[in-house]
Amino acid sequence: MKLLVCIKQVPDLESRFKPNSAGTWYSDSDLAWRMNEYDEYAVEQAVQLRERLGDTAELTVLSIGPDRVVEAIKKSLAMGCDNAVHIQDPASHEKDPWQIAGIIAAYARDKGFDIIFTGMQSQDRGSAQVGVTVAELLGYACATTLVGFAYDNGAITAKRELEGGVKGIVKLKIPALVTCQLGLNIPRYPTLPNIMKAKKKEITAIAVASLLTEAPLVNTTSFHPPAKKGSGIVLEGAVEDLVEKVIGILKEKTALLR
Amino acid sequence: MKTLLIGEYREGKLLDSTYELLGFAGQLGGESAMLLIGSENQLPAYNGRLYLADAATYGEYNPEVHKRLILQAVEKEQPDAVVFLHSSYGWDLAPRIAVNLKAGQVSEIVALVDDGYETSCCNGKMRRTVKPATTRSVLTIQAGAFPALQPSGTPQVQKIEGDRTSTLTFSGYEPAEKKEIDLAKADVIVSAGRGIGKKDNVGVIAALAKALGGELGASRPVVDAEWVAHDHQVGTTGQTVSPKLYVACGISGAIQHLAGMKKSEFIIAINKDKDAPIGEIADLLVVADVLQFVPALTARLAK
Ligand SMILES: Cc1cc2nc3c(=O)[nH]c(=O)nc-3n(C[C@H](O)[C@H](O)[C@H](O)COP(=O)(O)OP(=O)(O)OC[C@H]3O[C@@H](n4cnc5c(N)ncnc54)[C@H](O)[C@@H]3O)c2cc1C
Ligand SMILES: Nc1ncnc2c1ncn2[C@@H]1O[C@H](COP(=O)(O)O)[C@@H](O)[C@H]1O
Repeated sequence: MKLLVCIKQVPDLESRFKPNSAGTWYSDSDLAWRMNEYDEYAVEQAVQLRERLGDTAELTVLSIGPDRVVEAIKKSLAMGCDNAVHIQDPASHEKDPWQIAGIIAAYARDKGFDIIFTGMQSQDRGSAQVGVTVAELLGYACATTLVGFAYDNGAITAKRELEGGVKGIVKLKIPALVTCQLGLNIPRYPTLPNIMKAKKKEITAIAVASLLTEAPLVNTTSFHPPAKKGSGIVLEGAVEDLVEKVIGILKEKTALLR
Repeated sequence: MKTLLIGEYREGKLLDSTYELLGFAGQLGGESAMLLIGSENQLPAYNGRLYLADAATYGEYNPEVHKRLILQAVEKEQPDAVVFLHSSYGWDLAPRIAVNLKAGQVSEIVALVDDGYETSCCNGKMRRTVKPATTRSVLTIQAGAFPALQPSGTPQVQKIEGDRTSTLTFSGYEPAEKKEIDLAKADVIVSAGRGIGKKDNVGVIAALAKALGGELGASRPVVDAEWVAHDHQVGTTGQTVSPKLYVACGISGAIQHLAGMKKSEFIIAINKDKDAPIGEIADLLVVADVLQFVPALTARLAK
């Protein structure tokens, strides 16, 4: 059984974002990087399946991006992926979801993956397009927003999360692609021995040019902060002063305190 | 701009959010038609063309079957844009339509701007302007971003039929987890977010909730990590609340959380990040470390 998990490296979302010189995405200086949160659930689910299937299975992790994404790849290897593919692209942030999906599909097309795992969305771009698009390009069955995953005998039983916390139960035959939602599992922390073991695992580097055949279908013309509604009060300062001010405001604006 | 709007139907009901699509189409201007895989007994109320397929035959959820029905309507209607809600139904289907039409897709549109669509990114902290490079596009709109059209009128129904084969089977729904507490009844809710750092700190937030005579709420990561039980979760996949006072402690303000609490009468956010999106809807943003500020406030209230 061949498994693939696609991961994206994203900035820490608590960072301050400044537009880059083109004004179309964030400037990537002074940012801390990590694995897209949704993809951590995807990696964990793929690793759990890989462990259950034992040595008849092989799990590959794939990431497109500049050299720094190798950090996220290494984390996936330490979590239990067998090997990795780094599709080297210093300009991956300029590609639209159609191109990113096209690159993944071009890589996966002749590899015979039985199940592909992706996150339901990336935290920075949040398009929720790449996974489904890859499935469609490869002609795979696909279900999105999984909070439950079970595999048995060529079929996946997926629990999709719907609005209001209702779930939809779907069965799909492999080959299939699933997109993973927060809460699907509890992603493991790599242990030190597994981090050491991961150092010996193979990371294949492929230049993006050999897989990119498509032009973008959408263009980003601007990246900017939201227009602030600005009606709220913002308080900063020493904790004791803040407490007094907040008590004052609570008394004035709500009927909760006498 | 000519649009084909994809309505939503679940558990035997037309979803109200369908009217947001009509609101969006109204803002765009131009002709619009709708497609619904639903029921004759639950028609959306508007004056216009409705392509209708029966959910009893085609399933309430089956993206492969629904995709073919939508593509059929696209063929007949020749729209400039096919529009979905950015919802579990919409984000699942939209890329399948976009690939088949080789149309550029713009996800989670929050506003129309002169040179394209404004979309949310970086967990709601930033915005982008995106413009399709293709003549036909696929769009998904953020829930709540466009005011719903007031239901009125009767659509002209045009039934459509299609192939029911699929590699996917939908076997029904599982209800949302049972709630032990009903947050909707609380006058005060104090919610813990990931910013509290660890499970041990839930007590600090619960103590403030108690001091204010309220209930403990939570954002999703806090629930997913099993720090707090699921019935405390506020948001699109948790509870929708509108207390007199909502205190968000270490919560960034992602749209899915805001959707559950933005109707609260008075909102206080405590966050060390002055730019956190929660600041956009908070009546009062206290820029501070929750673990310093919250215990101090609780102690002061006890006096
Ligand atoms: C389909 C779908 C449905 C979802 N449904 C829900 C839902 O129902 N409810 C929900 O909540 N989320 C939901 N989410 C998740 C949502 O997108 C966010 O990921 C989530 O709300 C973030 O939770 P948070 O604000 O606690 O964490 P984060 O986004 O990580 O924010 C933590 C915040 O704490 C601040 N902080 C950190 N340390 C401190 C400190 N010491 N003092 C003060 N502040 C600090 C940071 O500045 C940051 O703003 C859903 C997502 C999807 C895709
Ligand atoms: N640069 C990338 N490299 C590998 N996988 C990616 C990349 N970008 C997106 N993905 C995958 O596609 C999912 C959805 O991303 P998006 O469509 O950008 O919201 C992510 O959760 C990843 O699994």
